[in-house]
Amino acid sequence: MSDITSQSLTSIVKNIKEKKLSSEDVTKAFVERSEKSKELNSYISEDFSNAIDKAKKFDEKPNLDLKLPGIPMAVKDLFCTKDIRTTAGSKILENFVPTYESTVTQNIWNEGAILLGKLNCDEFAMGSSNETSFYGNVQNPIDKGLVPGGSSGGSAAAVSGQLTPITIGTDTGGSIRQPASFTGTVGLKPTYGSCSRYGIVAFASSLDQAGPMAQNVEDCALLQEVISSYDNKDSTSIDFKRDQYSKDLTKNIKGKKIGIPKEYRVEGMPKEIEELWQKGIAYAKDCGAEIVDISLPHTSYALPTYYIVAPAEASSNLARYDGVKYGFRAKGENLIDMYEKTRSEGFGAEVQRRIMIGTYVLSSGYYDAYYLKAQKVRKLIKNDFDEVYKKIDAILTPSTPSSAFKIGEKKDDPVSMYLNDIFTVPVNLAGLPAISIPAGHDASGYPLGLQIIGKAFKEQEILNLAYAMEDKINFKNKISDWWIK
Amino acid sequence: MPKDSSEYLIERYDNVYEVVIGLEVHAQVTSNSKLFSSSSTKFGAEPNTQVSLVDAAFPGMLPVINEYCVKQAIKTGIGLRAQINKRSVFDRKNYFYADLPQGYQISQFKYPIVGEGTVVLDMPNGQKEVGIERLHLEQDAGKSIHDMDPQNTLVDLNRSGVALMEIVSKPDLRTPDEVSAYIKKLRSIMRYLGTCDGNMQEGSLRADVNVSVRLKDSKELGTRCEIKNVNSIKFMQMAIDYEANRQVDLIEEGKSIDQETRLFDTKKNETRSMRSKEDAHDYRYFPDPDLLPLEVTDEFIEQLKADIPELPDDKKKRFIDEFKVSAYEATILVSDIETAKYFEEVVAKMGKNRDMKLAVNWITGELFAVLNNKNLEISESPISAKNLAKLINLIKNGTISGKIGKTIFELMLDGDKDPQVIVEEKGLKQESDPKALEALIDKIINDNREKAIEYKNGKEKLFGFFVGQAMKISGGKANPQLINEILKKKL
Repeated sequence: MSDITSQSLTSIVKNIKEKKLSSEDVTKAFVERSEKSKELNSYISEDFSNAIDKAKKFDEKPNLDLKLPGIPMAVKDLFCTKDIRTTAGSKILENFVPTYESTVTQNIWNEGAILLGKLNCDEFAMGSSNETSFYGNVQNPIDKGLVPGGSSGGSAAAVSGQLTPITIGTDTGGSIRQPASFTGTVGLKPTYGSCSRYGIVAFASSLDQAGPMAQNVEDCALLQEVISSYDNKDSTSIDFKRDQYSKDLTKNIKGKKIGIPKEYRVEGMPKEIEELWQKGIAYAKDCGAEIVDISLPHTSYALPTYYIVAPAEASSNLARYDGVKYGFRAKGENLIDMYEKTRSEGFGAEVQRRIMIGTYVLSSGYYDAYYLKAQKVRKLIKNDFDEVYKKIDAILTPSTPSSAFKIGEKKDDPVSMYLNDIFTVPVNLAGLPAISIPAGHDASGYPLGLQIIGKAFKEQEILNLAYAMEDKINFKNKISDWWIK
Repeated sequence: MPKDSSEYLIERYDNVYEVVIGLEVHAQVTSNSKLFSSSSTKFGAEPNTQVSLVDAAFPGMLPVINEYCVKQAIKTGIGLRAQINKRSVFDRKNYFYADLPQGYQISQFKYPIVGEGTVVLDMPNGQKEVGIERLHLEQDAGKSIHDMDPQNTLVDLNRSGVALMEIVSKPDLRTPDEVSAYIKKLRSIMRYLGTCDGNMQEGSLRADVNVSVRLKDSKELGTRCEIKNVNSIKFMQMAIDYEANRQVDLIEEGKSIDQETRLFDTKKNETRSMRSKEDAHDYRYFPDPDLLPLEVTDEFIEQLKADIPELPDDKKKRFIDEFKVSAYEATILVSDIETAKYFEEVVAKMGKNRDMKLAVNWITGELFAVLNNKNLEISESPISAKNLAKLINLIKNGTISGKIGKTIFELMLDGDKDPQVIVEEKGLKQESDPKALEALIDKIINDNREKAIEYKNGKEKLFGFFVGQAMKISGGKANPQLINEILKKKL
């Protein structure tokens, strides 16, 4: 079995297409491993027996022309899945079963994939360690007691721990790239507008973007090809020519100009991160890329800007969870009392904190000083990227300022937790695509990631760069299966 | 209220106060589906049967603008002779309420789709221009029902997400009559355009009324109170009257007026405080990140302009020029697009030898009375324009008298009968043969010899007696003009 679950998506697809494996073989292998991996707490909801039934059905009349023929896949519990409970990691949606399917997951099922279950995440995707989930924290397969990152922590752990061949996460400020970096996996945040937000539980609408998480770049490209689509049900979806990302994947990146932003050399950055970055620069040169020093002068304002814009939108997006129509409802003396109790009991501390921040920055008298100013700074940050992209093709930075930390280590220190997103949030603010690829280990043997930021709609470009560098880096994830007794 | 409706002033001792009124009209856009979803907007459906996942704010659901509603708003803006903004922005107005599923209303705050415009009112003492501040698009909320269940409030989301146009006037109105005229004019313009049916009973048109008072000739505005959600013209007028007097009383007592939101209690005929300025919601408006700014091109606007029908003001002018009706008559005829249509059809069917005076009188007199009695719209008129025109022509060419016309009109009500047929069937044709009439009159004079002598001796009043006899004997069919002439000659 383990020889199935340790295979890449691309290899499993190939084996199914060549009829060397059946969907049932593959699905059973991942279900079995998932069953043995309860300690990781990757899943919020399992749909294993249905998955095996669907796999059998697929094998009866296999359509091998599909891109994900009979491939089992667990997805982040932020994607609404028809008839399958969708919680967003929150108590307030504990019993919520959508009657509809998100566009992104629908695209996946349309290509033949089979749902294994719903993966754990920070509550409403608010967190960088998966510790804000109502359904408990997730263990990083790399080591016991280590966070997998967040908010797509369950997704990252599931790919890294080989409970699913591939998965999807969402990234509002780094929620795909940071956990990918912490678990030694590949995660792509596409250009804003590339993947439809229809049916994804909203956190911050102007920043949220779904994306693939995989064991390698090739798998990542294949899934991106499947999930990216223009969708008229999402007014911010963009109708641009989407590449055949996996087909057009190439390691030839000769002459590509890669920018190294000096502002990302932040104070107190661990030496090993700096060394990783230098190694990355060397690999890029090795691949024939040209390195250019660049400046993104407004970088230091990105994090405070993000922590105004994202909570502001969240405070409004989460107003619909009021106990009236669906989800958790507490008993109250009257309407206001019911609201207060429902939301106090239904939302966790971090979500409440962000709702309060968001409500504050939008309040009359504070709007101009916070929200409006943040929007102006956001524009400046975007302008920074527009400016450098006149001269270069992509930007190389570390994915995170540190490797994965211990569970509980930063739980009570939100600011230190927020600092985790320092390299990832500018990308969301500018709406750009970026990929995190594993590139080395720290002294404890924990993985470290490099981030490649691209021009808008140039996913192919950064996938190619990542593909070429992945080859040079030759990263091997150190998974001991410690959680399997 | 003072008798002269052109002036509405409140007097207390030596002080004379003027009332300043501005309206925020909420007009439901005529469209098949809602502003951001494809649910039906049909009135009167079973509760919660016209609710999409978007309207009920399910997780992950996103609004998508209904282009038709945008067109309707722009058309209305054109009708209000207003600035059309090529770029407008949808904002979220955040507040919690059980019938507001999203926890926010999508509206337009800073950048509305329509800017400043003008509405012209025809008042008895002349025309009055009322400024339009803006028109913006927004979602309606659902409906909370408090009186169906003893324990719970029930919510109906059928209306949730229906497109509304909020039309904000400048504080240019001064009297309850102007308010009435303004609402009627807005309604008329929107019905001409087909952008709002203006049905106040069904809630398609309602208004928040801003009222303040100031000493006459003062230039500064007083502190205003906003009376929320008044849904009939009569109630608006009553609310203004109550509220203005309340404010004047406060000032006269040396007290100040609190800027607040008030409700009009239709049973007690008074306004009541709903919330003070301090308690006012902080709506935390911000641009809706689920929607891009709404941008329209010049071509888009021009195309809509080309589609605009003749509006009441232009139609009125044309009626005066072309049909030589009075300004007063034209105002009545154009106030409702269906009336104008009916009138024009009557005019067309009357043909060359048309009589406008008769047409106007018959429509605004007999026909309006019947419609009023039967509570019908003119579009449901029991008498078609074609047949009314025929009737008018029969009178005009002397086939029947006006009096017989009324009898025939009554008969036409039953199944829109052709008046010509009625005349023939009932033998109601006017007797205009001078010989026959002379014979008739000779007989009457013969039968009433004494009275004829009295008349000749100067008792002129008796002339009417002879006319009456002639009409009576002829069954009303004798041509009254000829009767007069012949009588004068013979007596």
